[in-house]
Amino acid sequence: MSELQHTSAATRRDAVIAARDLTKRYGRTSVVDAINFDIAKGEVFGLLGPNGAGKTTTILMLLGLTEISAGRVSVLGFDPARQPLQVKRRVGYLPDAVGFYDHLTAVENLAYAAKLMGLGVAERSRRIAAALTRVRLLDVADKRVATFSRGMRQRLGLAEIIVKRAEIAILDEPTSGLDPQATIEFLDLIRELKAEGVTVLLSSHMLDQVQRVCDRVALFRAGKISIMGSVAELSVKVLGAGFVVEVEADGAGIARRLAAIPGVGNVETLAEDRFRMTADRDVRADAARAVVAANGALRRLSVDEPSLEAIYAHYFQATPPGGVRDAA
Amino acid sequence: MRREGSAFQGVGAVFVKELSDNISSVRMLMLELLIVLTAMAALYEAITALRQNTAEDPFLLLRLFTVSQAPLPSFVAILGFLIPLMAIGLGFDLINSEHNRRTLSRILAQPIYRDALLLGKYLAGLATITISLTALWLLVIGLGLIFLGVPPGGEEIARSLAFLVIAVFYAGVWLSLAMLLSIVFRSPATAALVALGIWLFLTVLWPMLAPAIAQAIVPPDPRFAALGLDTPGTAIWTQLLQRFSPNDLFGEAMLAVLSPTTRTLGPVFLDQIRGAVMGAPLPFGQSVMIAWPQTVGLIACTIVLFVAGYVLFQRQEVRA
Repeated sequence: MSELQHTSAATRRDAVIAARDLTKRYGRTSVVDAINFDIAKGEVFGLLGPNGAGKTTTILMLLGLTEISAGRVSVLGFDPARQPLQVKRRVGYLPDAVGFYDHLTAVENLAYAAKLMGLGVAERSRRIAAALTRVRLLDVADKRVATFSRGMRQRLGLAEIIVKRAEIAILDEPTSGLDPQATIEFLDLIRELKAEGVTVLLSSHMLDQVQRVCDRVALFRAGKISIMGSVAELSVKVLGAGFVVEVEADGAGIARRLAAIPGVGNVETLAEDRFRMTADRDVRADAARAVVAANGALRRLSVDEPSLEAIYAHYFQATPPGGVRDAA
Repeated sequence: MRREGSAFQGVGAVFVKELSDNISSVRMLMLELLIVLTAMAALYEAITALRQNTAEDPFLLLRLFTVSQAPLPSFVAILGFLIPLMAIGLGFDLINSEHNRRTLSRILAQPIYRDALLLGKYLAGLATITISLTALWLLVIGLGLIFLGVPPGGEEIARSLAFLVIAVFYAGVWLSLAMLLSIVFRSPATAALVALGIWLFLTVLWPMLAPAIAQAIVPPDPRFAALGLDTPGTAIWTQLLQRFSPNDLFGEAMLAVLSPTTRTLGPVFLDQIRGAVMGAPLPFGQSVMIAWPQTVGLIACTIVLFVAGYVLFQRQEVRA
């Protein structure tokens, strides 16, 4: 809890999105229930959670596309409910399973969106050509979108955000339904956006992908953010340790020596010559020294980065819905 | 608190895109073919009838619109029947198709209000119909010139222009209805079926039901029946009920505007038309006065249906 507050206090200074007690109710059920989060400029923030956890609703509230029931949200200093045009001028949105006008070409689709953005003719064609080049769709620019694959449509959606020169890109389930190759390409594009200083907010239930691009994540569950932070922070919080190091070595008393390394939580002996230790930092160098000091033969030293999937599974299995609030 | 910026930002872009979609669509081509072919048949019959009987008629051109030769109804009657079909054909999937194509949230994430999308789409639909009707109107006048050889007078042009304007509003009623249904129903097929159901009910069933209901409200008086007359109360109720149908309003307005001798649209007592020169045409202004209530009715109906759709659309959730 204290760490969470610490993180948000550190980022509040340059937060581009700040939500306070953001709530969305349909009738008497809360779809999004008093969530708080800050997103700093230039970071990639992931909203994680099962379907129906309130991720898309949160995104729509950020864009002013659905009414806020209670609480406040500020996007780049604007209130999306009162100044939606200001927000939408600066924020690009790629909806879940984005749709285009199938009878129009890629360029025509982008031109329509660009017209709605209020861009002039010359500016429009310049930006569209540049954006299509970046998402590698230039050779199909004049093909009708009906012929496009899902991956191409997603990239076209990203091109629209590039045309807008958005300061914040909000991507809803951007990689669901993509084949692995398309996913990798798409994640590269997200990294390119980040490199340009664009803040990226993405929602997903594909955990390993989120882990690959996100600086911080928020785990959604039943309309609440149950836990938030960087993947390393989360793993410390949920799994109790950040790093799992496996050592394969012969020698006497290695387990004891490994356990003595500062920062190591516990050491499991998997086999006579195999040990697994959990630590809050990367302790491979110390482990190697310890084995050598014991005159042991070091055969293998591997580190498992904390996997978001493990955190997620562990967290949601360990915590019944009622206990979420306390955990957060 | 007022929202910032203009609600009309982006209307132009939506309008141009939708208009070009409408005009280039196969659906529009089919509707136009249907209307032009039927109207041409009606016109051909009218021209043949007029050529056989070129009596002294100061409004020969207008007769083209109103003369009916069995088995075909008049040009105006055919339009009264087909304009709704065209408007429904253009409007039944205005909004729900955006939902189903999943383009709605992407478009609304651009810096425009929902107003712009709705208004742009509506105006584009209306403009499409206006273009078609204007083309049809020019066709009638052209054919009249060629086959009748009588140049139209100023008043005839004015009256036929009034026809064009009222027809556009009539189309507006049905376009608003179709758009409303496209907002209410997520499936375009449902919206289309409901719209067509309402259209058939109002054009075919209602003219038969209205007299029956009127007779239930005011039973016919046997004394009038013995004289071979309609009971005034029943006749008034019948007309009142029939006017709930936009078709009836359109028909009445057309009668007043295109038949200059029309002095009244409802039943009148003899003393009310004392001194009137029967069969003499009314001035254009007076005819417009007679058609005015009906025209206002059509405009009001358009506005009410549009506003209903507008309110629903503003409150609708964007997500599919």
